[in-house]
Amino acid sequence: MTTDTSVAPPVAQPPQQPASVHTSRRGVRSRIGSVLRHALLILAAFVMLYPLLWMIASSLRPDNEIFSSYGIFVNTFDTSHYPDGWNALAQPFSGYLLNSAIVVLGAILGNLVSCSMAAYAFARLDFPFKRSAFAVMLLTIMLPVHVVIVPQYILWANLDLINTFVPLILPKWLATDAFFIFLMVQFIRGIPRELDEAARIDGAGHARIFLRIILPLMVPALATTTIFTFIWTWNDFFTQLIFLTDPNLYTVPVALRSFIDAQENSSYGSLFAMSVVSLIPIFLAFLLGQRYLIQGIATTGGK
Amino acid sequence: MRALKQPPGGSGRKGRVRTRDGKAAAVFLAPWLFGLVVITAGPMLMSLYLSFTDYNLLSNANFTGLDNIQHMLNDDRLAKSLTVTLIYVFVSTPIQLAFALGLAVVLDRGLRGLSLYRSIFYLPSLLGSSVAVAVLWKRVFGVDGLVNQFLAVFGIDGPGWISSPSTALSTLILLHVWTFGAPMVIFLAGLRQIPREFYEAASVDGASRWQQFRTITVPMLSPIVFFNLVLGLIGAFQSFTQAFVVSDGRGGPSDSTLFYTLYLYQQGFVNFNMGYASALAWLLLLIIALFTAINFWVSKFWVFYDN
Repeated sequence: MTTDTSVAPPVAQPPQQPASVHTSRRGVRSRIGSVLRHALLILAAFVMLYPLLWMIASSLRPDNEIFSSYGIFVNTFDTSHYPDGWNALAQPFSGYLLNSAIVVLGAILGNLVSCSMAAYAFARLDFPFKRSAFAVMLLTIMLPVHVVIVPQYILWANLDLINTFVPLILPKWLATDAFFIFLMVQFIRGIPRELDEAARIDGAGHARIFLRIILPLMVPALATTTIFTFIWTWNDFFTQLIFLTDPNLYTVPVALRSFIDAQENSSYGSLFAMSVVSLIPIFLAFLLGQRYLIQGIATTGGK
Repeated sequence: MRALKQPPGGSGRKGRVRTRDGKAAAVFLAPWLFGLVVITAGPMLMSLYLSFTDYNLLSNANFTGLDNIQHMLNDDRLAKSLTVTLIYVFVSTPIQLAFALGLAVVLDRGLRGLSLYRSIFYLPSLLGSSVAVAVLWKRVFGVDGLVNQFLAVFGIDGPGWISSPSTALSTLILLHVWTFGAPMVIFLAGLRQIPREFYEAASVDGASRWQQFRTITVPMLSPIVFFNLVLGLIGAFQSFTQAFVVSDGRGGPSDSTLFYTLYLYQQGFVNFNMGYASALAWLLLLIIALFTAINFWVSKFWVFYDN
């Protein structure tokens, strides 16, 4: 019966004492403490967000005011930076947004398909060298991309695929983002085995069990993968900088960077405006997927 | 029906299931295995080989033995980039984790509005690695940037933070600290697992908040501190975008923001010294592995596992 202590949830927690039980002096003290804590946290949050708010404000100011305003309130609205920035480079900014969208969508689909397949094998199938394969998979999570980037570049160059989206998308279809395999393995392990065993008795094969039982149940893990892949790929600069040198194929980060070169000091307003545009998709993903983002981050730290 | 065709005896069924699993596993693992060989392991071996050559993308690779290592020992910019990176990693990571832990502890104490605060503190972690925020940082710490405009209110004439070699790296450290939200969320999840009874028992015994933090929170949370430390160091060693954008890809001023990865990029993809860049990549891997190993060894003395 030793297992009981480790598995059972904390037994019979004493009912929480209502705050009113405290003597009034302690009550006042804790209330002051809580107000102070909130004041401190609000101040900290404000400081954290200030640079972002200032950037948004600056993108709506005439250029000469950007250099003299530290506030986040805009006196003279000047929205011209947005159309100016949009058309400042070789093609309208929508072109770069589209390129990024293609890369991001390809990466998301690839990660969903390939990582979920690998995760099913690691979580549910029995095969030779499983433990070693799993260990290798975990090690690849830690591997710096720099160790493989030079030969990868040579590989894609030999296949004449530099300046296509293939080097950015195809690896995701080959489950190279092993972090997501790990995340999904952990999730599948939480799904009761009785479900697949019942299906197997009914004559279902692994393909059917995977598609009909496991996949529908692991939607939260798939959502987490989708949102993290979205944000990481949208933000990724290093590999996109290396594999894309044709300005027509630039993704948003690479385009923003070339913007700096082209516009240096001439118009920080439009640079900020396009920076804001580039952050909007991440911000939306954050709003929509907060729950999954927090869960995904939190479970990586769990045991 | 199939069961009827099975040979008698228990082992037959088990064996059959095993082989069926093996075939299924081959199918399910095929993309991953192919990727492992072609995108990861193959390139690793090739970059190991290239690190002993003078490959430059244009002519064939010549095996040059230990020339690259010899070159590394005499490479002043490499030494500089290592110094810059080590300072960046070992200053920014502990500060970042201290902020993350501090705010996690404050947020964990049954506070109203927890999820809103958590979201606000977490947001910079998502944006911090973007080019847009690096652009913003460059502007915020420019000669007439936000920071100096603010200082001017108090009559202080701030320096060009980004353009001065003595302060440029600090601005990047600050940017990294700003993204403490991700480890904070992990700490919050860990704090939730500490049984409340421990704190109740301690306060019955008259332990102060600080004593409770030191004797309960820190030891119970130490595996997660360790986890964040390992991941934080590995991640910080690989920082690239911020330094690249702030210094226009050069690592200036005076190489003061020449991150290791930036130097590697310059060697490999600007100068096309791909052999040397491969050697640099392997040195990076060894350095990260070394510090991770040291971390694991030291953890025996301070990380507390309750089971």
